[in-house]
Amino acid sequence: MFNYLANPSRFLKVSGYALPVLAPLTAAVFLYAYYLALVVAPPDYQQGETVRIMFVHVPASALALGVYVFMAIAHILGFVLRHPLADAAARAAAPIGAVFTVISLITGALWGKPMWGTYWVWDARITSMFILLLLYLGYMAVWKAVDEPHRAAKIAGIVAIVGVINVPIIKFSVEWWNTLHQPASLLRPGGAAIAPEILTPLLWCMGAFALLFATLLLINLRAEVVARRVRQMELARVGSVA
Amino acid sequence: MTGALAALIARDVRLALRAGGGVGAALGFFLVVVVFFPLAIGPDQAFLRRIAPGAMWIALLLSVLLSADRIYTADFEDGSLEVMALGAAPLEVVALAKALAHWLTAGLPLAVLAPPLGLMLNLDITLLPGMIAAMLIGSLALSLLAAMGAAITVGLRKGGLLISLLILPLYIPLLIFGVSASGAQVGGASLASSAMAILGAIVLLAVVVAPLAAAAALRAHLR
Repeated sequence: MFNYLANPSRFLKVSGYALPVLAPLTAAVFLYAYYLALVVAPPDYQQGETVRIMFVHVPASALALGVYVFMAIAHILGFVLRHPLADAAARAAAPIGAVFTVISLITGALWGKPMWGTYWVWDARITSMFILLLLYLGYMAVWKAVDEPHRAAKIAGIVAIVGVINVPIIKFSVEWWNTLHQPASLLRPGGAAIAPEILTPLLWCMGAFALLFATLLLINLRAEVVARRVRQMELARVGSVA
Repeated sequence: MTGALAALIARDVRLALRAGGGVGAALGFFLVVVVFFPLAIGPDQAFLRRIAPGAMWIALLLSVLLSADRIYTADFEDGSLEVMALGAAPLEVVALAKALAHWLTAGLPLAVLAPPLGLMLNLDITLLPGMIAAMLIGSLALSLLAAMGAAITVGLRKGGLLISLLILPLYIPLLIFGVSASGAQVGGASLASSAMAILGAIVLLAVVVAPLAAAAALRAHLR
């Protein structure tokens, strides 16, 4: 499967079949998840209706971290296996991850105002999330700055792999430093510390976000593959003229 | 291999000392940035005392970053970098030597310059020894990361802007632990010794990771 898709034409063909299935599925899961989250789920006994911001904030934050790890793994596979689509996949994922990070920061600020009384605090997790956004921007800037695609892929890969050090720092910042942001309540020893009426819609929302990422990644990756083909054709044309 | 390492360090230090605009520019920049803080914030002595360690660390970060560009640019342009890549010593050793030479000509003099500047900012004199130690240790990691950034951006248009976007996020842990190792009081209790230990851990990590990443980036550029 993995090697089968290494051929760009095959990848375009397979993803051309997959996309019309994946996109409506994503839309359907989104509708159901946010029906559960916004209509069915009860308001929190302490936070009231503002708890619903969490149904966007938590999936976006999880994906913001997850996409960066995805990029680093893709680049490692690119270095080790020389899979032609690995670097392209990482490049296609970066803007999506950056937008998830922005969504996480904005929804966090909107939630922080009524709950903590301020839009922004320089607490460990918020600061490290902000650093993650800077890492995404730096990564994308490298792709823009280097002209030759193979070289750009290598250098962007180094940036992504070095930057992944920040991910565990963000994940565990709430445990290492005693800060305002609450500690992990989903993935922790002893199971999730969330009431099932809230947990079920939350998991659906995370699934919806994950599907959204998959869909957008596929669209971006197809565009990337086509852009490379255009570049090849232009080079060939210039070569034949000269 | 240690011979090559020493020879490269000696060469780079000599070049930085004798060619204009190297060490002196970084020191001058450090001075100017530190002077800006009292001008911008106001000359209130008690307040200056509180922000002094942070202000000096910010000045240190920026001066190291300013001089990062020179680590590889000249050698890349005149082709000496390719000679080094072809030499017997692995490129990782070259990258390590470059970073150490940068530390000797940027981090070390800046840390030595810190005491008089600290007095100008009304820094608590009892904090000075810890602060100098933290700056000496921390600037080693700063130089290693700066050299990594310089290797990643070597030969690129607008490399100078890109290097700050890439490296400043990685400087943030150093800034946080550097300032607390310099004896700044956080939450009433001094965390200086544990922060110093973490600073040392970051330096050790940087010694391992940065030359590897820098050498990989140089290989991609020289290919």
